[in-house]
Amino acid sequence: MNFNATLIGQSIFFILFVVFCMKVVWPPIMHALSQRKQNIADGLAAGERGKQDLELAAKRASETLREAKQQVTEIIAQGDKRGVEIVEEAKAQAKIEADRLIAGAKAEMEQEVHRVREELRQRVAELAVQGAEKILRREVDAKTHAALLATISQEL
Amino acid sequence: MEQERAHTTSSYIQHHLQNLTYGKLPDGTWGLAHSMDDMQKMGFWSLNLDTLGFSALLGILFLGSFYIVSRRATSGVPRGWQNFVEMVVEFIDNTVRGSFSAKNNVVAPLALTIFVWVLLMNLMDLLPIDWLPTLALYLGVPYLKVVPSTDPNATFGMSISVIVLVIYYSIKVKGLGGFFGELAFQPFGKWGAPANLLLEVVNLIAKPVSLALRLFGNMYAGEMIFILIALMYGGGWFFGIFGGVLQLGWAIFHILIVTLQAFIFMTLTIVYLDLAHQEHH
Repeated sequence: MNFNATLIGQSIFFILFVVFCMKVVWPPIMHALSQRKQNIADGLAAGERGKQDLELAAKRASETLREAKQQVTEIIAQGDKRGVEIVEEAKAQAKIEADRLIAGAKAEMEQEVHRVREELRQRVAELAVQGAEKILRREVDAKTHAALLATISQEL
Repeated sequence: MEQERAHTTSSYIQHHLQNLTYGKLPDGTWGLAHSMDDMQKMGFWSLNLDTLGFSALLGILFLGSFYIVSRRATSGVPRGWQNFVEMVVEFIDNTVRGSFSAKNNVVAPLALTIFVWVLLMNLMDLLPIDWLPTLALYLGVPYLKVVPSTDPNATFGMSISVIVLVIYYSIKVKGLGGFFGELAFQPFGKWGAPANLLLEVVNLIAKPVSLALRLFGNMYAGEMIFILIALMYGGGWFFGIFGGVLQLGWAIFHILIVTLQAFIFMTLTIVYLDLAHQEHH
């Protein structure tokens, strides 16, 4: 073992290398490493948050779906009920209308019957008077018996 | 004949164990040492050019390649080299967080530098041991040790820097009094101060020594085994093939040692610095 000034030279190299490493090499690498660590942590947190959001959204979606289904059922039930009501109403109205028409027709018919009978009566009276006139023309003066004839025609 | 062979064997080993040293030669001029004797006569004020060169090269390779990533580090999806660098940085950061309880911005980059740099220096051991020295010989360079961590100068250079940092932070955190109090009043209370001081100072000195010697010893021994295996290539085709198998096996096992030693050096540095930040009551 021979010791010489190499000892000092080696120490100087050593110190220079350590200082260079400490000042120039180490900090940027550590900075990059810690930044990457931060990035990864952020990414993981974001992923976790996204997963939670997704779960929440899924829950909300299923809830909305359930509500919508319920609403649809209600609406259908209402519609059914309304339909039945409309049919009933229409039936009732139709019945009223029919009754009214029937009543009208009956009244008209009666009126017609009345009118025809009146006419008939008139005609029969006329016929009777004409018959009587023909019979009486020879024997009875129309003028003298006019009052009697009028009374007869009134009674018919 | 036998003696000559023994001579070449020992000179082969010698050649592999000598650094390329620049210093003042015995004749008074400055230049490269051409023998072990030259080197020893140079004394303290000489430089192992191979150790310094390779460690600087590897350090620049490490910091350069990491610098490229750090300059365009994005927090997006990392790819290729950035991915690898981030993996290493995160591994170091976790290790530091696990064993360093105080807050200090120096420790983690320090640990990263130690780990990767020492690992790269150790990995030079896996290069076949004759490649670079033989190439150097052709280029006229007499010696070349390619593994900086088999040079105690390199390991002690680092461990002494570490212990200076430990003492600096001890004093900074606990104050001068606190630091000396820790040396003098533990573990036997204030009446055992001389004994405490002795124990703690030995303890303090043992830290960098053990840190450096552990790394140096492991790498030196590994290198030595590679050299001994390489000697078998000169012993005929049977020993040659056997040596090849051994080299492969040892290299694979050595990958473990290389990584482990780099990790131990780093971990102990972190632990020492952690102790420096802790108040004892």
